[in-house]
This record gives sequence, C-alpha cells and structure tokens, in this order.
Amino acid sequence: MSENVNIKINGMEYEVEAGLTVLDACHNAGVDVPTLCWMREMNQIGACRMCVVEVKGAKTLVTACVFPVNDGMEITTNSKKVQEARKTNLELLLSGHDQNCLSCVKSTDCELQQLCRDYGVENTRFTGARERYEFETSTLHLVRDNNKCILCRRCVAACKNQHVSVIQPSGRGFETHIACAFEAPLAETGCISCGQCIVNCPTGALVERDCTDNVMDAIADTSKTVVVHTAPSIRATLGEAFGMPVGTNVEGKMVAALKRLGFDYVFDTDTAADFTIMEEAHEFVERVKNGGTLPLLTSCCPGWAKYCEMYHEEFFGNISSCKSPQGMMGGMLKTYWAEKTGIDPKDLVVVSIMPCTAKKFELDRYEMQAAGEGMPDNDFSLTTRELSRMIMRAGLDFASLSDEGYDDAFGESTGASVIFGASGGVLEAALRTAVSWVSGEDLASVDFKEVRGEEGVKEATYEAGGLQVKTCSVSGMAQVENVLRQVKSGEKDYHIIEIMACPGGCVNGGGQPSQPAKVRNFVDLKTLRANALYSEDVAKTVRVSHHNPIVKYVYKDYFGEPGSHKAHDVLHTSYKMRPIKY
Amino acid sequence: MKQISNAPFMGTEKQEKELMGWIAAHKGEKGIAMNALQKAQEIYGYLPLEIQKLVSRELGTPLSELYGIATFYSMFNLAQKGKHQINVCMGTACYVKGNAKVFEELEGILGIKGGGSTKDGKFSLDACRCIGACGLAPAIMIDEEVFGRLTGDKGELEAILSKY
Repeated sequence: MSENVNIKINGMEYEVEAGLTVLDACHNAGVDVPTLCWMREMNQIGACRMCVVEVKGAKTLVTACVFPVNDGMEITTNSKKVQEARKTNLELLLSGHDQNCLSCVKSTDCELQQLCRDYGVENTRFTGARERYEFETSTLHLVRDNNKCILCRRCVAACKNQHVSVIQPSGRGFETHIACAFEAPLAETGCISCGQCIVNCPTGALVERDCTDNVMDAIADTSKTVVVHTAPSIRATLGEAFGMPVGTNVEGKMVAALKRLGFDYVFDTDTAADFTIMEEAHEFVERVKNGGTLPLLTSCCPGWAKYCEMYHEEFFGNISSCKSPQGMMGGMLKTYWAEKTGIDPKDLVVVSIMPCTAKKFELDRYEMQAAGEGMPDNDFSLTTRELSRMIMRAGLDFASLSDEGYDDAFGESTGASVIFGASGGVLEAALRTAVSWVSGEDLASVDFKEVRGEEGVKEATYEAGGLQVKTCSVSGMAQVENVLRQVKSGEKDYHIIEIMACPGGCVNGGGQPSQPAKVRNFVDLKTLRANALYSEDVAKTVRVSHHNPIVKYVYKDYFGEPGSHKAHDVLHTSYKMRPIKY
Repeated sequence: MKQISNAPFMGTEKQEKELMGWIAAHKGEKGIAMNALQKAQEIYGYLPLEIQKLVSRELGTPLSELYGIATFYSMFNLAQKGKHQINVCMGTACYVKGNAKVFEELEGILGIKGGGSTKDGKFSLDACRCIGACGLAPAIMIDEEVFGRLTGDKGELEAILSKY
C-alpha cells in the first residue's frame, strides 16, 4: 500500500504518492518539466540537468528526474532562477555542438533545438575546446555524427537495454565522446543494427543512413520499374510524423502518398507476411510431427537474426529458415512477378518501407538474391522517417490526402499479417494457421489474446490436435537473452518462440518516427500503435493467412505446396556465423 | 585521446595465468571491472585489446564499458610504455614558465603524441601534475632524474635525450 504525501508545486497544493519523483509528481499535476537525458526505467542518471527545479530549503537546484518527493516539499518549476539555470545549461550543451541546424536532418524534430527555442537560447556565451569528429559510416544502417552529440547517453542506455552494449562514453572532459571499444568501426562490433540508439537520440547525432536520394534517382530513371511495399506497422506510425495522434491508422493516405511520389506499383508487405506464415507454420507443423528441432524460433526480425548469428550459433537449428516478409516480397517480385509481367528483374527496383534499420542490413545479405547474384530481393529499404521526409519534400499535404488502395497483385492481406507489427503478432498469426491445419478445420475463434501486449515476455499454452503447444513471445534483446538462457538450460521447453529485437516489436522499431522525451516517457507508444493494428485485424474479412486469395493463387500457380523446392528457392534463407572483432 | 597500441601483443602464458587466477579469486566483487583492469595493467604494463577482451569475457562486462573506464582514468595505458618515461610537468609554475612549448617540442623530436611511445620502445611521453620542482621550472623528469630551467630549445632537448 502506498502512502501519500502533501506537496506544493508552484504554490498549488497536491496530495501525491510517496516515492514518486518530482518529475512524475509535476507531470501528474499537469506541469511540464523539460528533460533530455532521462528515459523512464532506462536512463535515470540526472546528467543533463535540464529538469532542475527549486525545492524550498534545498541548498541547490535539484534534478526533478531522480529526486523523490517528500511530505511538505515546496517545488517551484518556473522561477527566474530555474529558467536561467536551464538556459545556462543549454548554452553549455551548445558550446560542444556544431549548431549546423540548417543542414541537419533532425532540424525541427530536434529536442535540443526545441528547448533552445523554448528558453530563448539563440547563441552561447561559451566557447570551450571542441573536438572535431569524423562521421561513423561503417554500417549500412547508421550514421553517427559526434559533433552533434550532447552526451546525454540515451543511445548508450538503449544499446545496453538491447543487451549488446557496443557503445559507451569514452575519454574524459572535453574529449568525452560516444564510441565503440578501441574507437573501432561499428561494423566490426556486435551491433545488431536495431536502431534503438537512433530512435532515442534527441539530436541529429544518430540518424539512419538516408537512401531517399537513391530512391528518387530510381523513380526518375524511366528504364526502371520501381515497386514499393510497406511493412505492417508503418500504417500505424507514419501519421505521427505529420502531427497526427499516436495510434492513427493512415494506410489509405500512405498508399495515396506513395502513388503521388511516383512509384509504379504500391504493394503491401502484409501480403508477403501471409506467405511467411504459410512457410513458417508449415515448418513448425513438420518439426512437431517429425520430431524436428524445437523450439522453433521465428526469423522475421533481422536484428534478432543478426544477434543469433553473432552470439548464438547453437540456435541455428532452431531458427526458422523463412525469409522475413521483406525478403519474401522482394524475392517473389523479382522472380514470380517479374516472370508474370515480363519485366526483366534487372530493370526492377524494389523499395521497402520498414519500421526498422536492421532491414537495411538484411537487404545486403548475400543469400537474399532469389533472382540471381547481383539482384538483391530488395534494392532499398527506407525507414518510416525517411518516407515521411520524401512526402514532405514532395510538397504533399499528407493529412488531406484521400484514402487509396494498394495495387492488386500483392495488395490483399489478412488480419493475421497486419498484426505482425506488434510483439506477439507473428506468433498469433502462425498459431491461427498451424492450429487450424493440425485440427483439420477452421477455428471458431482466431484470437490468441494471451500472446498480445507490450510486456517483454508472454507465455501461453494452446491445445492443437491433442498436443499442448507451449508458446512464448519475447521482445527486447535483454529479455530475449534471458529466455534463450532458460531454453538452453532446459528450464523452459517451449515449442515455438516469437522473437523481436525491439521492445514491443516493430511498432516500436528503430526506424519509427522519433517522439520527443515528453511523449516517449509518458505515452505508451507500443500499446497505442499496436492497438491500431489489432483494430484493423478485427475489421478484416479474412483473418487467417492461408485463406488470403493471393496466397492461394500463387501457391497453385507457382510454388505448389508450402515447403516445396520452389518455395525454398524464393522464400527461405540460411544463416552464418558472424564473428565479432570488438 | 589516448594512444592505442598497434604493436603485436606479446603476453606470456605466465602472465595470463596470473591474471586469470586473480579474476577467479575476486569475481563477483563490487566494482570488480576497475580492479581487474588495474591488476591487468600491473601484470602487462598496459591494456591492449587482447587483455580487455579477456577481462570482458571473464567478467561478462561489455568490452565497450571496459574501454570507457580505461579511457576515463589517466592511470590506464592503452599503449605499451617505453623503456624510459618522460614526464613533462604541467603544474602551475612549470606551465606558466612555458612547459607547454617544451612538451610540443618533445612531441616533434620523438615523433609521437603525448601518451604515446616511440616505435623503438625507448621513450614514453606524458604530461603530469606538479613534480615538486617549482624552483627549477620549467622542468621535466626522465625516469627519476629531473631536468630544470629549460628553454624549450630543440638542441637543448635533443642533448638531454641523447644521454639515453
């Protein structure tokens, strides 16, 4: 039972729960206290000192993010003293920042810029020693510009939370900078490309490697047919980049925007996700029937797949050989669809819109070239943020676009595929098909609600054909590591585990729109975004992958059966060890 | 930034045994990472990648974190020290008397940056806090010997170094 204490905030009296931080007490009272470094439960270090407030009787200003309330406390959040202190702190942060806002991709989206505007900081009085840093560009997914870094350490906390910890503040004093061990290139470390560091960066120090120009070039090239496909979760987040409420489904507007950007065909990655379920559910049922390696670990998430290759080769026998929906879509477009339409796959440019930066890494995988060497399944992968920038540059008024539908060939999807974007969704989609196949009949209810939700680990057991199927869906690499350890020790004996690298799954992916601290720390982004997908699931007429008419047609026309030789050529992949140098 | 060794690692089996023994005896203690790095430096004289990787593996502490510690505290070296240690005093008296220039001049003569060691392994160059020879400012120390009232002249410094 929690006790309450009486406090005053800016002269007003409140009764609040004991043990709350000053920051939370203020927030609950509707008083906004700015933060930069603080991340709820992840980075509580009181380092940036943006959240300083006056507490009556205290010798100095206190950091609201880590200071607990106590009875009789009198807090002032907006005095002249507080405002001047915050302003000075901002000036100090700026003195180590290159202030190249005009050419910064984060401009207008930058938390530092916003705070400077709020506090009237137009210049800094301080000129300290300033290091010049080279850009970190060794990977396909990220660019780090330490000249814009304010050392808030949010990226470090995010990386630690992903259980890889490949970055750390290094050096001391003016020389302090975020680096990998021994200043190594990121590509030579155990980085899994998840992009959680990017989406949590308050400034432009960490951004994805931008491919929008490459895509515009492809669109401008009249000899190319440019096809775009959009991952399940993009429709649930893209609107945020245009000021819409979190959790708004903008599928129709997104398709309309893509058509106006000049893509020749706009397809839905959801359709490919239904193929993923056909192959993965088939693989699962086969393994259960024939005593194959269990638990089956899902393979949709390229961050997880890379993690497995770097840290857990002992699970190579467990991880599904299915390509991710991105890989399956690209593979089918460059083989089957190219053949059908008579387009030379060499003249076909496939662009994916993904919630993810690891997808940029995935499309470079040597084995994901179904149409032959030199013809990657996907040519470019853009994050939700990159797509939003393309839409802005094209001068489209996103909010006022009328809804349009996907193009026919790969535009029809099911409720099962749309929930891929939320943690637990892939597992639920697989269960809808696998349980139905095993029992030999359509399910009365396709809801497997126990695997839903934003918690890191969700266990559930379902009956299928006399077998108690033990399932687990896990998201966030720290949690994944824990589950894998339990599986290895024999403590847990699941039949199937869905693994997503980002906490909450793709809706919270490293490629999703950046929300500032005041949203990220107080709004349940994962749940609101996931709800948009679950609502669409319920609204769909077809909610199981194996009843998708396109899936049925293509198997009949081309692949034959799930798991066929042809299906393996186009829809499956393989894994290799990736040694970590640093 | 601290200079990182690019010389091949020459650790011996005996050294590794000593370090592993120490880690086995102290594993689980609070603040072990820093102590382990100190012990490793005591044994090897510096903290190359090979050793930080070993400590990382044994303690389960990420390599990046160890590197962060090793670059934060001035006592840790990432490059092997030379046979003779040159310390240039940056205490107030020596500093105002021009030891920054002496330091730069030495960097030029030796062809290394502060914190580094010469290729032949003869000299290491570092800046240090007051050595208590303010009356001789500006002063440097080579191993245990003090050289004071320097002019920062190249010839003068070359003459001193030639004694070694």
